[in-house]
Amino acid sequence: MNTLDTAAIVPKGFAAPITPVTWEAAKSRKVDRDNRETVGRPFVDDPRMTCRQINVFYGEKHAIKNVSIDIGKNEVLAMIGPSGCGKSTFLRCLNRMNDTIAGCRVSGEIRLDEQDIYDRAIDVVPLRAQVGMVFQKPNPFPKSIFDNVAYGPKIHGLADSRSELADIVEDSLKRAGLWNEVNDRLDKPGTGLSGGQQQRLCIARAIAVRPEIILMDEPCSALDPIATATVEELISELKAQYSIVIVTHNMQQAARVSERTAYFHLGDLVEVGKTGRIFTNPSHQLTEDYITGRFG
Amino acid sequence: MHSNMTSDSSATAQVRRSLPKRYARERRFRFLGLAAIVLTLLFLVLLLGSIFLKGWTAFQQTHVRLDVYFDPAKLDVGNLNNADYGALVRASLQDMFPEAESRSERLQLNRLVSTGAAFILQDILTASPELIGSTQPFWLPADDEVDMLIKGHSPRDVPESARRLSDRQLGWIDSLLAQERLEKQFNTAFFKNGDSREPELAGVRGAITGSFYTLMLTLALSFPIGVAAAIYLEEFAPKNRFTDLIEVNINNLAAIPSIIFGLLGLAVFLNFFGLPRSSSVVGGLVLTLMTLPTIIIASRASLKAVPPSIHEAALAVGASKVQTIFHHVLPLALPGMLTGTIIGMAQALGETAPLLMIGMVAFIVDVPQSLQDPATVLPVQIYLWADSPERGFIERTSAAIMILLLVLLVMNAAAVYLRNRFERRW
Repeated sequence: MNTLDTAAIVPKGFAAPITPVTWEAAKSRKVDRDNRETVGRPFVDDPRMTCRQINVFYGEKHAIKNVSIDIGKNEVLAMIGPSGCGKSTFLRCLNRMNDTIAGCRVSGEIRLDEQDIYDRAIDVVPLRAQVGMVFQKPNPFPKSIFDNVAYGPKIHGLADSRSELADIVEDSLKRAGLWNEVNDRLDKPGTGLSGGQQQRLCIARAIAVRPEIILMDEPCSALDPIATATVEELISELKAQYSIVIVTHNMQQAARVSERTAYFHLGDLVEVGKTGRIFTNPSHQLTEDYITGRFG
Repeated sequence: MHSNMTSDSSATAQVRRSLPKRYARERRFRFLGLAAIVLTLLFLVLLLGSIFLKGWTAFQQTHVRLDVYFDPAKLDVGNLNNADYGALVRASLQDMFPEAESRSERLQLNRLVSTGAAFILQDILTASPELIGSTQPFWLPADDEVDMLIKGHSPRDVPESARRLSDRQLGWIDSLLAQERLEKQFNTAFFKNGDSREPELAGVRGAITGSFYTLMLTLALSFPIGVAAAIYLEEFAPKNRFTDLIEVNINNLAAIPSIIFGLLGLAVFLNFFGLPRSSSVVGGLVLTLMTLPTIIIASRASLKAVPPSIHEAALAVGASKVQTIFHHVLPLALPGMLTGTIIGMAQALGETAPLLMIGMVAFIVDVPQSLQDPATVLPVQIYLWADSPERGFIERTSAAIMILLLVLLVMNAAAVYLRNRFERRW
């Protein structure tokens, strides 16, 4: 391969590609595999959250390499990539869940409402109330269904009375599409539900705190297609109010639910763009390899 | 294709051939396991059987029925505390067997009844002084030698010189038996009394009370301290060399011979702080030190066993670290912590060596009334009785062991109950 030629067409960062070849020619050629600068448009005009030069280390391991991306208002951002590429690690940076992992270091700047969330003065408790999270494996508390959902509002003092709390629980369960299935057994343990129901319970628990951003770490990987469809519908409804970042291994799911898609590869953010474009006409060779199933 | 098939079938054949050998190995292993269990049970049955066979007779005590005349000449109503109650017992025996005239014969006769009989009469008369002047029948404890003879622990068919009881005494015993004045009754003294030099008067109440005080203090100190230490080490402490060092030391402490803790208690609590010698308070403190590592290790293990997903779930809805631990982690870890605590308590209950060092081995007759009172505990009482020469203490030693085992059994049952009660699945 002609390296000189390749270097010429590599877009620098997110700037418009400066290329001696014609636009048509550039579009038809993929960015070389070896180039790991982010291509596409990682930034939006009206961001809810901005991440700049994020690096994450697990001890010596460099898990996230210089990632910069914006999360827009009321959008669903899907993060895809092969296993171990750092999508989940990056997701966990956004509500500082990585703090709990020993030996994990994060550098760079993540701003939410102009506040650097890694600032020393920042309290993680309100941050996590603002940035909710749903995990890969459903993890309801070993308590009743009601208590599972009510726990967040209770500790944050969101309800002044028992009836108000019950309203929040009902509303959250309804929005998570679980109310009709569990309204007659709210006092039964949440761990007794099926896997799909447990995951929706966890979503209800996350939205009961009224977060502004919801992070979902492969929320449907343990669910059957019907439960997955329910969760996806829920995501579409939630984006009217929230920004949602979803990590998924399922590319059809990313295509169905997201506005923008980010492709991660071995700790690099390789390409970001409108979901439609990423899946039909990726600019980067690695992205194309991944979505066409050559690896991953 | 064909060669492939044959190699497949030969592999199957090989598997088949290896099967009998594999099954034989499995059978051998199962048999060994079964044999180990049978052996363990056998030893357990032997141990418990010998203790029970030796000890069950201690729950009965031979009593003598005496017609006691509360002689006004011997009793001064104004001074009942200093009266000679032994004289009443002696007079009653004298009435029954007037043929014992010489001093040595009377001595032998008087030895048939326990010296404790006088105290029993004193208690009765102090409670109801109107009995003075009347004659009342009473079942009074017989001497331990009589007791042993009646229970068959002392042989009769040996020369007089090899017996603790003389031919005369045997004659009186037979005549008492013939008059139905000698009978085995439930041994209330064993549960009501503290220690005594006389086997028929010795009881476990002092030791049980001492054990209770000591263990309560141990529990009250070691459970909160141990759980707090475990939570801090597991959830809050920074992971560095210093905490590693602490962890290693705690694990080592759990393996230190318990007598060292006794020496520590002697040096620190008695000599430095000047706490009362042989008291439950010092015993409790020493046993706390000894139990803490066990509780900390068990509590840390049960905290570790709580799945991290529960941690994450709580943190992700915005619970603070303390809320996460107290609302979610601790309830899940509690059954394990309680089990560890009760195992530590059971260990403390059976501990003798450290308590010897702080003077709880002293001969203490009174039942302790407070933490500061001199006390002894069940295992030390067993040790003391096992050391005593009187034949009557043999059965009492075994009986005290039975009581100790019973308490342990109750504690273990409590551990199982608590574990099932609080255990939640996740």
